[in-house]
Amino acid sequence: MSADAVLYDHPGPRAKIRNTILTVVFGLGLLALVYWIYRKFDEKGQWAAALWKPFTESSTWTDYILPGLWATLSAAAVAMVLSLIFGIVFSVGRLSEHWWLSVPSGIIVEFFRAVPLLLLMFFIFYGVPFITEAPMDPFWAVVIGLTLYNGSVLAEAFRAGIKSVPRGQSEAAYAIGMRKSLVMREILVPQAARAMLPVIVSQLVVLVKDTALGYIIGYSELLQDGVNTLAANFGNIVAAAIVAAIIYIAVNASLTAFAGWLERRTRRQGKAPKNSGPRPAATVETGEAVGA
Amino acid sequence: MDVFSDPTNIDVYVTGFLWILKLTAAGTVGALVLGVLLAAMRVSPVPVLRLVGTTWVNTFRNTPLTLIVFFCYFGLFSTLGVTLSDDIDTNNYWLGVVGLSVYTAAFVCEAIRSGINTVPAGQAEAARAIGMSFFQTLTMIILPQAGRAVIAPLGSIFIALAKNATIVGTIGLMESSNAMKELINANGDAVIPIFLVFAGTFALVLIPTGYGFGWLANRLAVKR
Repeated sequence: MSADAVLYDHPGPRAKIRNTILTVVFGLGLLALVYWIYRKFDEKGQWAAALWKPFTESSTWTDYILPGLWATLSAAAVAMVLSLIFGIVFSVGRLSEHWWLSVPSGIIVEFFRAVPLLLLMFFIFYGVPFITEAPMDPFWAVVIGLTLYNGSVLAEAFRAGIKSVPRGQSEAAYAIGMRKSLVMREILVPQAARAMLPVIVSQLVVLVKDTALGYIIGYSELLQDGVNTLAANFGNIVAAAIVAAIIYIAVNASLTAFAGWLERRTRRQGKAPKNSGPRPAATVETGEAVGA
Repeated sequence: MDVFSDPTNIDVYVTGFLWILKLTAAGTVGALVLGVLLAAMRVSPVPVLRLVGTTWVNTFRNTPLTLIVFFCYFGLFSTLGVTLSDDIDTNNYWLGVVGLSVYTAAFVCEAIRSGINTVPAGQAEAARAIGMSFFQTLTMIILPQAGRAVIAPLGSIFIALAKNATIVGTIGLMESSNAMKELINANGDAVIPIFLVFAGTFALVLIPTGYGFGWLANRLAVKR
């Protein structure tokens, strides 16, 4: 049900007046809140030009924000490719008919989905060097952590996608003599991948956000470079955090828009044969893409 | 497993998870209250409220929780002087709860809104036909049904919240991830047992919780 215009009637004269009054009341309340926040900032001198001026200088961007953004995006890009591979391998592994393949795959996927990413990164960054007796590069600690977590989430998404391919597809493939590995590779995975494209892209948003955890283990990404180091130099932590948040929001909002575009596109092209079974009408999102 | 025969280490472990438990409990309550409120705002007939809800969701869903928690401490507390308690640990705890609630509420709001979409339009139309107001329709007809439809996604959201609680360690709270870091740094010879105990605790609690929510969702689903 589309929420608007169903939960309430089209406003008549009285409802229109009431809505206008409510709009004014809540609008004034909102303005009062905004003003109160403004005053609070003002009391602490947060509107001083000196705090915001650095963002008009190109050196601020080239020295702090852009390198940080680059580090964030490169870690996210590498981790995305690796977690896609991880996800495909383990989803296929979990669907295997050999228990020695499906059981360990299932345990690995469930385990890494349940463990907090920060715990994982701490282990990789502080723990693994004790075993390998070599220091761990923070970049790889971030990437490996992101891969294990997001790969496991994607593995579950892929598994759902593979299961959602109509059974007739694999039956037909078996009937013409294809082996299971070939059916998986040629028939099921490609279709699942396309069905799961929006999920994959929303997981990318999670991934971009999760790179911010790298700040905690000293990977110099956007939060570290663009907020912490920058604010250490200019003493403008609130301003720097706001600017960084805007950058994160811009990156992730464009990814979300991309996901929406992909969904519309795949829906248009994916012409399912008629009577291919009832499609669930309105389902709720799995809520998996929460991330940190 | 020698590490955990030392009572001080056991203590570190227990305190770490107690903080996670407290953060999860308070964060869940905060996120649920805020999230339902935001969802109601987003479907309300008043444009200003819809705008506030949409802005909230788009802002906090796309900002890393790490940045939000970071801002709660260095922005709200250090710079703007918002103090929630005189005790430093309790203060950090409440700042963390604020960050977790504000962030998770955006996801709760979206889950509930998608739950509202699963309620057949006829339900609301019938409610309107017998003269119920928007508020009555929402609280008596729509939300109870939507709530039962979104148990599974809400479960994932709160499981994520429990895991995200570790991020409050950024602002110095000795929660489980910091506790694990401390133990690892002190006991380099036992990093794998330490990791397995900490990660295993999360897995042992959260995996069954996930299945529990799935079972509950099935049981309570409105059969149509």
